[in-house]
Amino acid sequence: MGIKLKNTIRLTFSYLLLVIIAIGCIYPAAWVVLSSFRPGKSLYSKTFIPEAFTLSHYQELFTSNTFMFTTWYANTLKIAVLSMVIGTLLVLLTSYSVSRFRFKGRKNALSTILVLGMFPGFMSMIAIYILLNSLNLLNTHMALIIVYAAGAPLGGTLIMKGFLDTIPRSLDEAAKIDGATNFQIFRKIILPLSKPMITYMGLTLFVGPWVDFIFARLVLRTKENWTLAVGLWDLVNSQQNSNFTLFAAASVLIALPITILFVFLQRLLVDGMTAGASKG
Amino acid sequence: MRQHRMIAAILSAVCMGLGQLYNRQWMKGIILTVIGAGSLYFFFNNLGDALWGITTLGEQGNRFEKVDGLTKLVPGDHSINLLIEGLIVLILLALYLIAYYANIKNAYNAGKQRDLGEKPNTMKDTLNYIFEVKFAQSFLTLPAFGILFFTVMPIIFMVMLAFTNYSAPNNLPPAKLVDWVGFETFTSLVALKSWSHTFYGVLTWTLIWAVLATVTTYFGGMLVALLIQQKGIRFKGMWRVILIIPYAIPQLISLLVMRNLFNGQFGPINQYFKYFGLNGLPWLTDPFWAKVTVIVVNMWVGIPVSMLLIMSVLTTIPKDLYEAAEVDGASGYQKFRIITLPMILFSTAPVLITQFAGNINNFNAIFLLTNGNPVVGDYQYAGATDLLVTWLYKLTLDQQRYNMASAVGIIIFLIIASFSIYNYRRSRSFREEDMIQ
Repeated sequence: MGIKLKNTIRLTFSYLLLVIIAIGCIYPAAWVVLSSFRPGKSLYSKTFIPEAFTLSHYQELFTSNTFMFTTWYANTLKIAVLSMVIGTLLVLLTSYSVSRFRFKGRKNALSTILVLGMFPGFMSMIAIYILLNSLNLLNTHMALIIVYAAGAPLGGTLIMKGFLDTIPRSLDEAAKIDGATNFQIFRKIILPLSKPMITYMGLTLFVGPWVDFIFARLVLRTKENWTLAVGLWDLVNSQQNSNFTLFAAASVLIALPITILFVFLQRLLVDGMTAGASKG
Repeated sequence: MRQHRMIAAILSAVCMGLGQLYNRQWMKGIILTVIGAGSLYFFFNNLGDALWGITTLGEQGNRFEKVDGLTKLVPGDHSINLLIEGLIVLILLALYLIAYYANIKNAYNAGKQRDLGEKPNTMKDTLNYIFEVKFAQSFLTLPAFGILFFTVMPIIFMVMLAFTNYSAPNNLPPAKLVDWVGFETFTSLVALKSWSHTFYGVLTWTLIWAVLATVTTYFGGMLVALLIQQKGIRFKGMWRVILIIPYAIPQLISLLVMRNLFNGQFGPINQYFKYFGLNGLPWLTDPFWAKVTVIVVNMWVGIPVSMLLIMSVLTTIPKDLYEAAEVDGASGYQKFRIITLPMILFSTAPVLITQFAGNINNFNAIFLLTNGNPVVGDYQYAGATDLLVTWLYKLTLDQQRYNMASAVGIIIFLIIASFSIYNYRRSRSFREEDMIQ
């Protein structure tokens, strides 16, 4: 009886705590989603659930002349997809090289990657800006793609290498005896076996450009070339309280695809996070 | 019979590719000759200017000159462009010298093969050598170039800036020139009252923030993970998905939303306070409460990450440990303290240090939520919640105090780099990476 009662109390208390935390987690998201359906423009609302629902803010996103939602969505998609593809490829090649081959200076290269990855990004922004300027790439999407993709190996190599290290090397050696070239081993053994990690890497390399605004704001000068993040940032900074519901609607449309992807792929997130650290 | 190697090496030293041609490696020889000639032409045209630019940083600023009785603005030297162009030329020169050395060595080796009566490598052999034997080095070249020009070069550039007086309002090209000033920027940062006061203030808050942000999210995540993994809790999957939501929403969105949520006048949080007859709090406008808000919001964003991490560790703890403890009559708390906690700490210690380093650099959390505000009166361009990294951003983009920003950046870098190198060197993946075969 004593143990049973204790257990019940413990569980009730735990459920209570979980419910409170869950509300805390969902509330801001729910608030934005609900605000996006609320008539009017203001941040202030009397009730949590709006008294009336409207889709006009979503409509406005697609018709507005100042908030060029569709153009920006297309820009962002293009930049994010291309940087993801090129970046993932670069990460795979670098991590395959450092995981499978032993060469002079390898450990130093790994330490260098680690240290450089820690450098505050926009410290280098001015130099990159001048470089892009002299290459005539300012205000182009190409510039963003190059810079995002070139930066990918810095952030991803160690994690990806940690994963590749766990793929038994006897597999490669067997293939090598059968006469496979390094490229064939990479394509036929490494790629299929590291699918989960590639998905994780692709996801993170997609999300980065999808939401980055600091660098995008610096490079993209004209409004037609902006990305969603730059546009949204501008919306908040120029008219924070005056058109909150439009901001909410835009937020929902930007966050929704990413959020759904993440929730579906949550298992991968754990693998990705631990691969860099405990597993090695 | 020893001449071939010497002749080939000397020819290659005279001009890239000649030695290879002498060795009858036609394709390789032609390619190298073209590269060599092109590089020579480039350096002939640029090296002098580059050295002049990087040492003097320009000699004349913009000036007005009388031309045919009319006063005209004549553009002068742009110090910063000179600096970065000089830097690029020097990097290219270093690459060229490496290639030159490799070219001589290659010609020498091929000549040696001929001396020994062997045939030097054909183009096919060379390609095989590049793509099979030296696969790793060859495929690291492309990313290495990317990193060299988009990461290393900018870093060198910024380090150089810290030793100049490049800042608004007096030394801003193209109107004015920039000069080398040595360690002056660093001395004013730590010794000049107006700057050092801000620097130490911001540094202290950065460290406090990094510790609090790391500790709160870590133990918050542990609490939630333990709550969900308890025996008897149902719908574990559902709880996990709900608690993961804050992590899944892009920070750009969630932090901008939080900024509205905590709005002192219209934000719903203060509305609820009013509903209960309370006054509400100056969440983002009072220095103390702004700091509290930042930490709280960061918990909201960061706890899911720790939760996922700790959950995955929990599943790896062997069950028989707990069973043995139960046989010995251990209480729930004792089991946690003796088994669970040490196991979690052991496997997540490296992540903890990484998160600490990441928090020192946590630009988004501060910039998007408070933008470093509220402003502190006697600070130089910094607010109460500014981290070193957001202060750096303000110094750069808003104030154009580039030299000061670079000095701050170097300091951040030193702090973070020492943490991460220490962490990496002692991690298992570095020491025992060949354990898994």
